[in-house]
Amino acid sequence: MNTSLHHDEGAHAQGARPLIQTRAVTKDYPGVRALDGVDFELRPGEVHVLFGENGAGKSTLISILAGANQPSSGTILVRGEETHLGSVHEARELGISAVFQEFSLIPQMTVAENLFLGAEHARYGFLDNKRLRREAETILDELGFHIAPDQTVDHLTRAEQQMVEIAKAFRDELSVLILDEPTASLTNHETDQLFKLIGELTARGVGIVYITHRMAEIRRIGDRITVLRDGRYIDTVDAKTTSEDELVRLMTGRMVGAIFPKISFSPGEEVLRVDRLTTPDDAVRDVSLTVRAGEIVGFAGLVGSGKSETMQACFGARPASAGTVTYKGQPIGGSSPGANIRRGFLYLPADRRTEGLMMMRSVRENMSLAALDAKQVRNGPFLSRAGEVAMVSELADRLNLSPNRIERAVDHFSGGNQQKAMLARSLTRDFDLIVFDEPTVGVDVGTRASIYEFIAGLAGQGVAVVLISSDLPEILHMSNRAYVFYRGAVQAELPASELTEENVLSHFFEREAA
Amino acid sequence: MADSATTTAPRRSASDMLKRLFVRLGILPFLLVIAIVVFTLMSDNFLTGRNLMNVLRQSVYLMIVSLGQMLALLTGGFDLSVGTILAISSVVGAMTMASVYAMAPDMVWLAILLGCLGGVTAGTLIGVVNGVGVAFFNVSPFMMSLGMASVGFGIALYLTGGVPVYGMPVAFGDVFGFGTLLGIPAPVWVAAGLVVALYVFLYQTPYGRYFYAVGGNLKAASLSGINTKATLFFTYVLCAAFAAIAGMLLTARLDTGEANIGASMPLESIAACVIAGVSLRGGVGRLENVVLGALFIGLVQNGMNLARIESYLQTVVLGALLILAVIADQIRLRYVASLKD
Repeated sequence: MNTSLHHDEGAHAQGARPLIQTRAVTKDYPGVRALDGVDFELRPGEVHVLFGENGAGKSTLISILAGANQPSSGTILVRGEETHLGSVHEARELGISAVFQEFSLIPQMTVAENLFLGAEHARYGFLDNKRLRREAETILDELGFHIAPDQTVDHLTRAEQQMVEIAKAFRDELSVLILDEPTASLTNHETDQLFKLIGELTARGVGIVYITHRMAEIRRIGDRITVLRDGRYIDTVDAKTTSEDELVRLMTGRMVGAIFPKISFSPGEEVLRVDRLTTPDDAVRDVSLTVRAGEIVGFAGLVGSGKSETMQACFGARPASAGTVTYKGQPIGGSSPGANIRRGFLYLPADRRTEGLMMMRSVRENMSLAALDAKQVRNGPFLSRAGEVAMVSELADRLNLSPNRIERAVDHFSGGNQQKAMLARSLTRDFDLIVFDEPTVGVDVGTRASIYEFIAGLAGQGVAVVLISSDLPEILHMSNRAYVFYRGAVQAELPASELTEENVLSHFFEREAA
Repeated sequence: MADSATTTAPRRSASDMLKRLFVRLGILPFLLVIAIVVFTLMSDNFLTGRNLMNVLRQSVYLMIVSLGQMLALLTGGFDLSVGTILAISSVVGAMTMASVYAMAPDMVWLAILLGCLGGVTAGTLIGVVNGVGVAFFNVSPFMMSLGMASVGFGIALYLTGGVPVYGMPVAFGDVFGFGTLLGIPAPVWVAAGLVVALYVFLYQTPYGRYFYAVGGNLKAASLSGINTKATLFFTYVLCAAFAAIAGMLLTARLDTGEANIGASMPLESIAACVIAGVSLRGGVGRLENVVLGALFIGLVQNGMNLARIESYLQTVVLGALLILAVIADQIRLRYVASLKD
């Protein structure tokens, strides 16, 4: 029902020339092919949703459309003409603007100065501040944003900053607007306002490329959905008629069943008990949960829902303001990560580059990092180099590190192998509780399968595992039980029997829309 | 290594070999070779055993300071107060020694012991303050050590009134300044001892690894159970202790306590480290290279002296070398990405 949509359907777009189009666009990064021959087109007046898992290539595609990145091969057509988008500036002159998740605002400058950054009005070589301010006001009014042009940006809320970022796109004549998860930090009211604006824009013939993970939004504003997976184009479907199941199938592929191992759980005694945990910044509010030996407990929820923050607070990497954390019957609130690691409790962070690995150091040093005070790498007060090499070599073999060179800097491995170097830490000593935070982000399918195998193996040996993931199939297939987080609190606890996609999704999406 | 070498061997040219050598060893060996060749051509006295021993003796002070500076650089910071620490330890050490000696002229060794202890303690205290600021109050190492450089220099001048401190026992200078053992000067023995001790500490104990981990990725280190605050604190304490020891050795050589020594130390010690391949971003650098880096700077200074290059111009050369080393490091990083191991 959906493959025929490519060229003919869509009342408002009948016969219209695409605003922007890519043909067989490929983007290679060292060791990774982020995009592989992707075709994409955006018609005037449509909201075209890009859909896919983390690392599917959505971000790379929009950065190419916005001129921030250049494809390794393939062509880009703007209004039917082959165009080279050499920079964000060039794209902007053609009416293509993007609002990325990472804001490009300068916090110390005012709203007006930010709006016209790089395109300041000048008279006789001097800044024309009056005109700048006047035009900024016009743009903000037209968009219905209640923000004073003279405010400095760092005094604005995140939602207001987002509005400034969007307003920047309106500086020039706009024909293509790219929005990367724009509602992630907006309240319901602000979201409504944004959708109204999107409606007005599409009525004017502006095309919108929209990235979101939220099904409700796709239903509400989407016209067509292009699904990407592992950097490849999968399909383009109608947003109004395609079922969620179908979308998830397209997103994850048929391999879903094959990449997950069969796990039979035999939960033992309770290892971790969290009681009414709250953090001072309200990222975690009143969370209570338990984790038992030999089970994998999934933590699902959107980014910023508190699923990672909860375990960081338990581990001592983030302060807690109230509540108790009990590990094997012993209160561990307020202990440092070091103390927890010695007790047998390890947290492996989501972002391996910024929090997990020393990129310029060797695999050996990275793997052994959490075990430098453990017996097998020690020789009295000294390090046992031989013991360390033996331990790391064994782990590298076991995890199929490729290439198997433990002295090479981590930076020079592919994403999947970098992940292995970090995950290997969980085997460097006897842990009883291991928290994997997004263990498969930016990892290819083959490595993902071996990571799942690895996690299942740990649970099989009686380790208590917490699997924090934004990837729904991962939670569904890997865990014995799951907690769904929403805005810092546990929204639901789902036992194995109720662990279905609909159940989890209903706690992700529906209450949010209500 | 082995298989990549065989696959590329047929097409490998001399320039490729040079490139690999550069990536592996950094800029320092090339600079050393160039310096030795140039200065040998410029002066007959350069490449003699006597002169080289001279170079070694002259560069030990910088070498010891560079050992500490390396720790600060490894953790992603640096210490601009090393010069001041030299001055403070020199002044306090000399004053303590002189007054103990004046009170008890018979107990020469007690005076020397207490003087050294006092000097090293005073210098190390500057590092304690640096460490507290950087580790516990998140002050940037730049501001912290720059501020302490001013504080320390002021204290040193205030204590002495700007006048050199005399009155230390003669034995102090005779032994630690001019003494030799087996034909090798005493300061060289001290430096060698410190190098060996630091080598063992850095590469044979887990604590040494922590410095690399903190500089390599602070968050990763913290999540791996390393006490990053304590590591940062001890970085600056150790750095100051090394500088203070250098200060006492220099005091012995000069036979006076001076508030004006060490002004060039911050630049020279950072230069020695950077030329030796210690990354300003933290996490990368080897001790043995830093030792060579300090020797290289001593060699260049000595060579320029022999070649009768004016001392004002010598500072120009030193600054230029530092910048050259940083540029070379950037180029090397680019090559590293293409060569990998």
